[in-house]
Amino acid sequence: MSEPDSVFDAHPVDAHLRADMLPHIWCPGCGIGIVLKAYIRALDKAEIPLEKRIMVSGIGCSGRACIYLNQDCYHSTHGRPIPFATGIKLANPDLTVSVISGDGDLFAIGGNHFIHAARRNMDLNVICINNFNYGMTGGQSGPTTPMDSKTITTPYGNIEHPFNLPHLATSSGATYVARWTTLDVRRLRDSMAEALKKKGFTFIEVISPCPTGYGRPNRRGEPIDEMKQYQEIWDLREDNWIIQEGADPTEADIKLNETIVVGVFADIDRPTFADLYSKLDPVKKRRLKEVVREDERRVRE
Amino acid sequence: MTRPKVLTGTHFMHGDFAVAEGGLAAGCKFFAGYPITPATEVAERMAGRLPEIGGVYIQMEDELGSMAAILGASCAGVKSMTSTSGPGFSLMQENIGLGAVLEVPCVVVDVQRGGPSTGLPTSVSQQDMMQAKWGSHGDYPIVAYSPASPQECFDIAIKAFNTAEKYRTPVLVMSDEVVGHMTERVTIPEESAIKIVERKLYDGDPDKYLPYRADEDLIPPMALAGDGCKVHMTGLIHDEGGRPLLNAETEAKLVGRLLDKVVKHAEAIMEYEKIGTEDADVIVVAYGITGRIANRAVELARKEGIKAGLVRLITVWPFPVDYIRKLSENVKTILVPEINFGQIVLEVERVVGGRATVEQVTYIPGTLPDPYSMLKRIREAVK
Repeated sequence: MSEPDSVFDAHPVDAHLRADMLPHIWCPGCGIGIVLKAYIRALDKAEIPLEKRIMVSGIGCSGRACIYLNQDCYHSTHGRPIPFATGIKLANPDLTVSVISGDGDLFAIGGNHFIHAARRNMDLNVICINNFNYGMTGGQSGPTTPMDSKTITTPYGNIEHPFNLPHLATSSGATYVARWTTLDVRRLRDSMAEALKKKGFTFIEVISPCPTGYGRPNRRGEPIDEMKQYQEIWDLREDNWIIQEGADPTEADIKLNETIVVGVFADIDRPTFADLYSKLDPVKKRRLKEVVREDERRVRE
Repeated sequence: MTRPKVLTGTHFMHGDFAVAEGGLAAGCKFFAGYPITPATEVAERMAGRLPEIGGVYIQMEDELGSMAAILGASCAGVKSMTSTSGPGFSLMQENIGLGAVLEVPCVVVDVQRGGPSTGLPTSVSQQDMMQAKWGSHGDYPIVAYSPASPQECFDIAIKAFNTAEKYRTPVLVMSDEVVGHMTERVTIPEESAIKIVERKLYDGDPDKYLPYRADEDLIPPMALAGDGCKVHMTGLIHDEGGRPLLNAETEAKLVGRLLDKVVKHAEAIMEYEKIGTEDADVIVVAYGITGRIANRAVELARKEGIKAGLVRLITVWPFPVDYIRKLSENVKTILVPEINFGQIVLEVERVVGGRATVEQVTYIPGTLPDPYSMLKRIREAVK
């Protein structure tokens, strides 16, 4: 790409975006663009070569992130980005494979794949943009919608218990688990870079605003009141969020108008699926335990 | 000692094992699946064999994930397959459509059992033949083979991979419980004697790559994940650059080309076996295990002096429209025996268009047709 004539001719991440697909489809005030930019910067920070960067997404507003990135991108079906990414990673372990998708895609229709990929410690980076609702289809409640929230399908308030995603991810076996909000872009970027470099199943939840889908039905009255009330939530969160390293994921439930815990919940090492697969011994048919023991002995010697 | 990729020699082999061995011989290095009767043995074979030859076997959490995983692996350049039966085949449908529209080569084996729903898990049927063609939503191309023996399971698995690679499309192997669970002689040739087709890869300037710019043969060269070509693949209707363009014009261009990709190469893809069709008054059109049984019935009829013939479909989709239509001009009756309540008979009726009498010969799923009942129908047809 040629040098810009002036500092205003190009945005620092222009080269990573597909200009011919812009403008994007996201609503004013949406947080997905912020996450996408943090992701691009994290890839640079983690020094992942451009040709090794693979993004797989599902369906929904967040899934559209795939369309705008200028790298290998696979926009799969609703709920299935994790198994699609699993196939890519196992076929070519040199690639850095990320999944960016929404709370509905990853935890409702695709919830089964999430827990199993975490359990078998597939070497993937999963980023969930959690905006508490199904934005693309017009603001229905989802698996992370806080209790008592109003959405277009919970007009009298949500009576379902939402998932606590850091708790779900840590208990399923993820090696790195963090939660940030779109107000915290530098921590988000740095955390994403850590996750990209880390082996195993890494997971970052990004709390993101959806003024159109989730913001509106939770407000009553005029649009200006909605905006105010929406602002109140963010102000409230900004004042009250608690940043912790090694926070207790069991305490990370999100409740309407209450403090949100953000931070890194897990950072552990555990052999990945590919690590253990490489130890299978079809020649002598030894059990994994014996192979590992022998490898350890060899390292000692 | 580990076994080689191609198990050259003569074996007494299970049909499900044979389809797995055929896949391996064709170069399959990735299998993602989920246990289901009567297809489980395909996965079992792969679990033992793939680690021997440096491939990857993974048991997924469900068939939705299995299908998505083989698409991903194929996008990264590894020949991939999965196997399942009716209920799992239903779950795979959405991603079979994704594979068709992303143009990802892969092979799906459906060892058919009785349905609908959980149905008859351990018994034979041919009830997924229309699902094979129409199972995913929208219009999309599909190729489906139907093996009639363990030997054909092996041979067809290779052909299925070659077709998938050549035309960049998912290919189905519509086996069934009887063929899958039958153990018979399977002869595996020398590796050098097996014809292998590899997908057309993109070798131009990575910055100029358009993932869906097709050559004259309607097939776009493929760049793999990690090739540096900035591949964009989406299940949304897209233009040559892989850019979503949500309008009727792009739908017409993309879906039109996808369908033409198989239609225009149908003659090269289609395979069927003809027995005694030249002078026949009555023709049996059958496939899979039913085709094999029909072979015996036609043989018995000939012994009685009845001019009977058989068209055994090896590819069921694409359907040999022109051939069956032409054939129907010279025969009195066409019998279509199937282990279902009437599926491919509908296609035969459509194609024949009243030129000959088309009779459905129904075998209830769970029963294996016997050649004598088929012979009876042949006799009645010429009365």
